[in-house]
Amino acid sequence: MNGAQDLGGQAGFGRVAPEADEPVFHGRWEGRMLALNLAAGAMGAWSIDETRHARESLPPAEYLSSSYYAIWLKALERLLVRHGFVSAEELAAGHALGPGAVPKRVLAAGEAAAMIARGAPYARDPGGRAPGFAAGEPVRTVVMHPLGHTRLPRYARGKLGRIEAVQGFHVLPDSNAHGRGEAPEWLYTVVFAAEELWGRDGEPGATVSIDAWESYLERA
Amino acid sequence: MPHDHDDAGGSELDPMAARVMALETILTEKGLVDPAALDALVELYETQIGPRNGARVVAKAWVDPEFAAWLGEDATAAIASLGYGGRQGEHMRAVFNTPETHNLVVCTLCSCYPLPVLGLPPVWYKSPPYRSRAVIDPRGVLAEFGVALPAGTAIRVWDSTAELRYLVVPMRPAGSEALDEAGLAALVTRDSMIGTGLALRP
Repeated sequence: MNGAQDLGGQAGFGRVAPEADEPVFHGRWEGRMLALNLAAGAMGAWSIDETRHARESLPPAEYLSSSYYAIWLKALERLLVRHGFVSAEELAAGHALGPGAVPKRVLAAGEAAAMIARGAPYARDPGGRAPGFAAGEPVRTVVMHPLGHTRLPRYARGKLGRIEAVQGFHVLPDSNAHGRGEAPEWLYTVVFAAEELWGRDGEPGATVSIDAWESYLERA
Repeated sequence: MPHDHDDAGGSELDPMAARVMALETILTEKGLVDPAALDALVELYETQIGPRNGARVVAKAWVDPEFAAWLGEDATAAIASLGYGGRQGEHMRAVFNTPETHNLVVCTLCSCYPLPVLGLPPVWYKSPPYRSRAVIDPRGVLAEFGVALPAGTAIRVWDSTAELRYLVVPMRPAGSEALDEAGLAALVTRDSMIGTGLALRP
């Protein structure tokens, strides 16, 4: 979706402000938020794609004026309500008021490290489906403006690039974020000249790559 | 403790802290999360998972050409051989800086970052100035980190739009010939593995 999250190439945000000796968390709540997000995700009710879509669905002014952990909190609240685990009344009250959806599992303390170490690979078995493009081939990204989730940034739509590598057969976020199945596709690294993306404002010689699913690409 | 921050706005932090605490209370009361699991997760990211992991990978690549080749071909496996992997590092790619090409990693759409080797991302990595400008003005962004590349070095930006996670292998600095792996790892900063910095000089 063309939400506030799609920041590539936008102007006006000012200088990058690295912080010297930045702590892992700026306050205890950030660590709790990270952990809540992981533990709630471990209930198995939604995918990382649905999570990302919940974050980018915040109203643009709110997204841009919230710290990243605040964005996480607001999105997690929405996910918990959407999936019936928590009610809006409970969020307002700050306490449980009644039963809700039953999770597939609850993460135990002893399982936390193993869950993080295991991760959640997004590569799937192509089952005989061959990649439609080969390294070195020119391609053009599609032009689309879906209302739902996509990982094709606006700045890279309708652009001429080159397949640099075939990267595997991966879950398609555009489908998975909306509970429409994993619908895996071949994934490619596609590289563009900066001038193709930015015209006369692109730095000569600079290149930018994205990782693009096959349905994001057309033969050029 | 909470303090003023460019990205967050100081006035926002206290209400957010209260709201997170309330959510933890609700989820705990409903039996959906175990507070001890939250403690374990926080501790993991505070003490185990951080940029020293990535520095060890880079230092080994500098001294061991076979490992460097493996890292180039199958970064996930090569990194796993040192004990690092898992969440947000399931599909690793290592990209090597050379005199001809400098690599810079960004996630314009959210905050994708190779957690097992770099830990949690810094605030600037997740914030609009970096996410908006890294792809259109990478040399200008590098200048704000105090990095001035030779004019002949081309910049390659990697926008992490899928589940591939990128680790930049910076160039080994001149004058580091006598150092062992541990000494070399001390030269490898977090920013040098994102591409917003260079390895330190000994």
